[in-house]
Amino acid sequence: MEISGRSILVSGSATMLSVLWGLPVATILGLKRFRGRFVLKGLFNAMLGVPTVALGLVLYLFFSNAGPIGFLHLLYSPSAMIIGQAILITPITVSFITSAIESIDPEIKDLAKTLGASETEASIAVLKESMSGVVLAITASFNRAIAELGIVLMVGGNIAGFTSVLTTTIALETNKGNIELSIALAIILLLIVSVLSVSVNLIQRRKT
Amino acid sequence: MKTIIELENIIKTYGNITALDRVSLKVRKGEIFTIAGPNGSGKTTMLRIMAFIDTPTSGEVYFDGIKVSNENRGQVRAKCTMVFQKTALFNTSVYKNIAYGLKLRGFPKKEIEERVKDVLGLVKLDGYEKRLVKKLSGGEQQRVSLARALVLDAELLLLDEPTANLDPKNMSIIEETVSRVNRERKNTVVMATHNLFQAENITKRAALLLGGRIVEVGTAQEIFRTPSKHLASFARLENVFSGVSRSLKEGTSLIDVGDGVEIETALRKSGKTSVFVRPEDIILSKKPISSSARNVFKGRIVEISDLGSVVRLKVDAGKQFVVQITKRSFNEMQLNVRSEVFLTFKASSVHVI
Repeated sequence: MEISGRSILVSGSATMLSVLWGLPVATILGLKRFRGRFVLKGLFNAMLGVPTVALGLVLYLFFSNAGPIGFLHLLYSPSAMIIGQAILITPITVSFITSAIESIDPEIKDLAKTLGASETEASIAVLKESMSGVVLAITASFNRAIAELGIVLMVGGNIAGFTSVLTTTIALETNKGNIELSIALAIILLLIVSVLSVSVNLIQRRKT
Repeated sequence: MKTIIELENIIKTYGNITALDRVSLKVRKGEIFTIAGPNGSGKTTMLRIMAFIDTPTSGEVYFDGIKVSNENRGQVRAKCTMVFQKTALFNTSVYKNIAYGLKLRGFPKKEIEERVKDVLGLVKLDGYEKRLVKKLSGGEQQRVSLARALVLDAELLLLDEPTANLDPKNMSIIEETVSRVNRERKNTVVMATHNLFQAENITKRAALLLGGRIVEVGTAQEIFRTPSKHLASFARLENVFSGVSRSLKEGTSLIDVGDGVEIETALRKSGKTSVFVRPEDIILSKKPISSSARNVFKGRIVEISDLGSVVRLKVDAGKQFVVQITKRSFNEMQLNVRSEVFLTFKASSVHVI
């Protein structure tokens, strides 16, 4: 139970963090036309397929005592896992939200302006229009984060009662031969993901 | 009369394409002004500049006598509003769509509710507040767009082809609403259209836009009643006939337009000529009538289109003529496709292009 709670907490925080910095980036990518926009978009799309072990290793080196931010002593802490997951899912958040915004008729922004909206208010109107896509992006990001094993294992260390989460515990217990426990935990993991997806779906359907 | 918006030497280019070429125009406060022109002539670009959502490449725009610049564009924009040709709506309820502009302006909830209710009555969509816009018909959606603009009671209302692709019922609701608002609230209306018929019905002054240039400005009468080459080059002019004309002794001319049809015109002209007759200038009768009119043709109705209060008929009399009569006459005469009819029009109704 405690493990499930930690899984949700860590991945939830990571998702919030990625939305915090991903949403403004995606809004700019989706609405503004500037030089280098395609390069930037391509970069985020390419990062969708980054091998998590490689990312985990890089983060490990950053967080370790000899690394550039080693003085923060983040390695093997929930914070490290949150940051790791947040970086991992940022490309998902940014790419999905960008395409959600791009799918909205550009006339919506002009429309908002003709009704008296400022530049910022008009951008918010477009964002509101793309809300279903944005919610989908956030759900996908969270699901990816909570399913992550490699990074959390490398920077979290699977310390019982401190950094162990569902995925790391399942891996450990399976190695130890505790198959029943592993199956139970895997079912919990699946439940969390499906309950979230279904409820998001239902809320969206009620709105339209 | 005071000028509400003035364009001075506006040039707008997109890459190599010049959408507007040295356009200057003054729109007077409280009038309905029409910008007529074919598709791609720059009407939308002109409206977007007047709505302050596009900036001209060069040239100045004055609103209420004040030059509009980057500093005051936001404030001026709040005094104008625009209805787009392609209906753009927020994917939510009718109420939220219409309330959007009022919310931005910080109106109290109660007043927003009242205003939305009133404006829905104006466009004949009473009780539609909670409906989702995506589930409305195209005509209803366009009426929501119009309501959303009208509710702001903006000084300048810009309409981009407000009735394109609409059925006659929705078209007349929109036309009536626009005329009524202009009459009662004195809002200035600038409307772009390629439908000259509509332009002439509800507008007092108009400009003719061709290839990004204003080629004519004047009263609707001047522009549409006295056809020019400019107008003929794009207008959905019906009953245009070409043929060889020969002058008659009486001072009129007879034009042989082929298929056994000869049209008499009051003008003296010989050689190759193009003429047109306005559909509403042709008298339709079931039996030949004796009158002073010089042109009488016998034909059969081949097509009937209902335009609300009027009916347009296509009549094959060797050449095809378009005739417009009122719905009432149409019903009284009990006309049908294949009915035999006579067309009568005066030689002076035949205009040379």
